[in-house]
Amino acid sequence: MIARVVLPLVAAFLPMSSGAQMAPEDRRSGYEFMSAETRAMQDDEAANPATLWLLDGEALWIRKDGRADVSCAHCHGDAATTMKGVAARYPSFDLKLERPLDLEQRINACRTDAQKAAPLPFESRELLALTTYVARQSRGMPIQINVDARLQPFLDRGRNAFEQRQGQLNISCAHCHEQYWGRKLAGNPIPQAHPTGYPLYRLEWQSVGSLQRRLRNCLAGVRAAPYPFGAPELVELELYLMWRARGMKIETPAVRP
Amino acid sequence: MARAVVTVPPRAKRGEIIEIRTLVGHRMETGFRHDSLGRPLARDIVTQFVCTYNGTEICRAELFPAISANPLFTFTTIAVESGTLEFKWTGDNNFALNETASITVE
Amino acid sequence: MTPSHMSTRREFLLAAGALALTVRPSSSHATTSMMQDAIRKVVGDAPINRGKVKLDLPPLIDNGNVVPLSVSVDSPMTPTDYVKAIHVFNEKNPQPNIVSVQLGPRAGRASISTRIRLADSQTVTAIAQLADGSFWQTTQDVIVTIAACAEEIS
Repeated sequence: MIARVVLPLVAAFLPMSSGAQMAPEDRRSGYEFMSAETRAMQDDEAANPATLWLLDGEALWIRKDGRADVSCAHCHGDAATTMKGVAARYPSFDLKLERPLDLEQRINACRTDAQKAAPLPFESRELLALTTYVARQSRGMPIQINVDARLQPFLDRGRNAFEQRQGQLNISCAHCHEQYWGRKLAGNPIPQAHPTGYPLYRLEWQSVGSLQRRLRNCLAGVRAAPYPFGAPELVELELYLMWRARGMKIETPAVRP
Repeated sequence: MARAVVTVPPRAKRGEIIEIRTLVGHRMETGFRHDSLGRPLARDIVTQFVCTYNGTEICRAELFPAISANPLFTFTTIAVESGTLEFKWTGDNNFALNETASITVE
Repeated sequence: MTPSHMSTRREFLLAAGALALTVRPSSSHATTSMMQDAIRKVVGDAPINRGKVKLDLPPLIDNGNVVPLSVSVDSPMTPTDYVKAIHVFNEKNPQPNIVSVQLGPRAGRASISTRIRLADSQTVTAIAQLADGSFWQTTQDVIVTIAACAEEIS
């Protein structure tokens, strides 16, 4: 991977501190860093490969499952109405578990609690399809993460994770995505890392994938051991990234290189 | 599970050239990749796409591993009459998928 | 195994031939000559004219896994003057063929789009086969970049 060659050279010249956060008006979605053709792929539902997952999600929404033998629709009715705005508020604090859950974990919590069904494995087609379908209902809506005293410690840990140096390359998320966004890495422009379109179709994966999958790729990119799916560290980072992107519009299902 | 999405204008004027967009869910495993232990991953691709319009073949494509996963294929046809467009994909490991769309031609 | 009456010259030629076969470089990717062979398979001995074909590929590509490709051919698409087929080839993927499309006058326009994989920066060739038996081609060079921060597995 080119990153193995380029990133150590970059890391060698980076100052110790990663600097202040970017101004809200400077924030730009990853959409703006892509070619016109890739943007067209995202905008056109007939050409966006994620549409296949959306249709799967739509079918799963009305499928009865678990020992309770009920579907999502049984409690939540028409997703276009009831799920509107939901993805824009996730990760969200769960009162019972006393920690934030992301949307995938929330869906699985519904499966175990309400449907009495087994949770869907992370990155399984079914979980991705359902998450994409739910998140799509918030398309165009601004991200809204309200942080209260309960959520604050998790947000702080997420911020620290974003700003700390890590991995064999010893660079932080902030180095690439706060300081060097817009510059080129292996010929591609570095985006600002706002998770506005997840789950999304990544051209590199040739599949729809979750934000956690992408974060694990980032960690592999700096040669750090990626946290396992569902790890609290990943949820805290998701929380921080969504909070950092607050006000930006949801684009699910997006397409990214 | 949803396997294909076809986009055909529901109505058209007689003689009008219409654009048909097709998207089929398939990994298109090239046969040139290896797993983490160095073992080759067997080829598994869609090899053929055929479209018929009220039974008459209007387009046929032979696909190779160089086609991206979840193949998109867009082509045109003249809206000659109302009826049914049939789309058929076949490939390795007895892959076969059919989809239809109706069109009203005025 | 050589018969006792075989001349030393023939023995030498057989040995030279065997040696030539063993030293042919093995390649895990196509070469321009493989692409030429694939083109000849379709075109035969017919001459290939330049023109009529328009190939639309982004000159700089986000990700080589998914490259939008459009081919259109300047043709009236009448029952006597139409495009029979469009064939697309590449020179650096493991295999030279990309797609082959059979059309006809019912198409209205000779215009197709798809998304392809390109292993490296290279030249893509599109060839149109017309009803009158003639072949027309155009080529385009593309630059393929690699995504940073990908998964560990292949």
